[in-house]
Amino acid sequence: MKKTPQDTAVIGAKQLSFKDKAENVLKCWQLYAFLLPALVILILFSYVPMYGVQLAFRDYNPIMGITGSPWVGFDHFTRFFNSYQFKQLIGNTLILSLYSLIVGFPIPIILALALNQVKNSKFKKLVQTVTYAPHFISVVVLVGMLGIFFSVNGGLVNEVIKLFGGEPKLFMGEVKYFRHMYVWSGIWQSMGWSAVIYLAALSGVSPELHEAATVDGATKLQRIWNIDLPTILPTIVTLLILNCGSVMSMGFEKAFLMQNPLNMENSEIIATYVYKMGLINAEYGFSTAVGLFNSVINCILLVTVNKVSKKIGQDGLW
Amino acid sequence: MLEKIFGEGFSKQAKSDKVFDVLNYIGLAMILLLVLYPLYFIVIASFSSPDAVARGEVWLLPVDFSTEGYQRIFEYKEIWTGYWNSLKYTVVGTGINLLLTIPAAFALSRKELVGKNVIMALFTFTMFFGGGLVPTYLLVNNLGMNNTIWALVLPGAVSTYNLIVARSFFAQSIPEELYEASIVDGCTYAKYFFKVVLPVSKPILAVMFLIYAVGHWNSYFSALIYLTDRDMYPLQVILREILIQQQSVAGGSMANAEAVEAQRKLSEMIKYGVIIVSSLPVLCIYPFVQKHFVKGMMIGSVKG
Repeated sequence: MKKTPQDTAVIGAKQLSFKDKAENVLKCWQLYAFLLPALVILILFSYVPMYGVQLAFRDYNPIMGITGSPWVGFDHFTRFFNSYQFKQLIGNTLILSLYSLIVGFPIPIILALALNQVKNSKFKKLVQTVTYAPHFISVVVLVGMLGIFFSVNGGLVNEVIKLFGGEPKLFMGEVKYFRHMYVWSGIWQSMGWSAVIYLAALSGVSPELHEAATVDGATKLQRIWNIDLPTILPTIVTLLILNCGSVMSMGFEKAFLMQNPLNMENSEIIATYVYKMGLINAEYGFSTAVGLFNSVINCILLVTVNKVSKKIGQDGLW
Repeated sequence: MLEKIFGEGFSKQAKSDKVFDVLNYIGLAMILLLVLYPLYFIVIASFSSPDAVARGEVWLLPVDFSTEGYQRIFEYKEIWTGYWNSLKYTVVGTGINLLLTIPAAFALSRKELVGKNVIMALFTFTMFFGGGLVPTYLLVNNLGMNNTIWALVLPGAVSTYNLIVARSFFAQSIPEELYEASIVDGCTYAKYFFKVVLPVSKPILAVMFLIYAVGHWNSYFSALIYLTDRDMYPLQVILREILIQQQSVAGGSMANAEAVEAQRKLSEMIKYGVIIVSSLPVLCIYPFVQKHFVKGMMIGSVKG
């Protein structure tokens, strides 16, 4: 590739003196002006709350403020670890997110690989457009729709069950159905949208590879397995790392909306617990501690998965 | 005929590949139905008589065609207050999002920006770690933003993910020659950004607009925790009351049991129509931006 003057300038920038650097900064002042509002928001709403995380080690007193409240060390954490809900919360969060990950992660990949084989462009477009659509439905409507379709009174699913001679089931109200409903409704909503990224990556597969393989007598399945899949593997790995990193940060909104007294045993996850403890019961310190515990586990997971991925010869996130 | 359905060259393939194609189409058609039917059902149910829907008679076409549900929705004042509020929050919120994200993404896409990596790291870090619910809530409280629109639009004004996507777009899709030519013409960064970059960045603007706007339109959690004034509730919070809270048998006090029952009946009647009505704005903008977002997502998938 031809080197533009810009490139040489950048390479040269490494050996610039402090004075030249300062001049560069000055020259770019408009760029800094562009950045400033976003930085202000970032610092105010992301980093100031991080500073407020010390609440996890304090007994919050509204009059004394965050920094003035008495220091209690790890009291909140020990209380959480010893609480009878600890095991249940961790279990629910882990099972729900691992279930989502294990079932929900491969499906968009399979959908993309299948769509990529479709030569009829109208059909392909139709499937794509339709499967994207649920992505734009709000969680409130999604959970509302679950209520509608799985209702005991005339809900479609129960009507079908009755048609085949079965007994209608109280899907929304029974503990054992909560996880399946949560995970599969999520797949219904997001598989099309998640497949877009893989489809984009698949468009980078060179047609010559496929032609050569066809000449050699490879079947479609063999070509998918040996050509398509390896091409999108880096994308898969990147997304897998990101997903593993958020295993413990199971979304609050849907679980909270799907919760009812009957399914609480499985539907209470860390995020909903943090909300209830913090904003309903106003146990600020305790709730922050639970949230912090969760974030730390998440970070450890992310770093570990990233390391493992590098060990087995794949690119990491950093 | 077969070529028409399965695309050119179908009949020239080996038998196993033909079988694969047929199975593939059947599978995809099933997925298509599985996604489409629930959406379709909501539409036909919204135009059917509520009794017919409750009896499970609605399958393929509206039964006892009726617009009663929609009439009730028009009379339901809170839905329209919520609608108006959501519209307000979405317009203001998306405006702020774009004003903050796009220029910042452009600045971060310039190689010569000193300190670029540090700033980027500051942003990226927040994707994986945050202060959490309570510290953020207390901050918003202390800033006196409770019960104002600012509590809904400012805390998430810059999404790191979107920032990275937009930055990748600027870095990769805009030829460096454009920049050099503008500099030779004596352009400043600001002029270059507004006169040269923005006009050729429609795909990314469309994608950002769509993602942010849909996010605002669909969000209910911030409203749930920061708003106490019912007149300020966005549509999603009202929807939650109609669609979800009425479903779970909430125990009202005996005195207003009748009112609760009446409300439940009303909810039953309008729940399908209300889903349609609430999704209309998204349905309206979707076709206009749809052609852009595959391109936008593609760029986003390139590692930032």
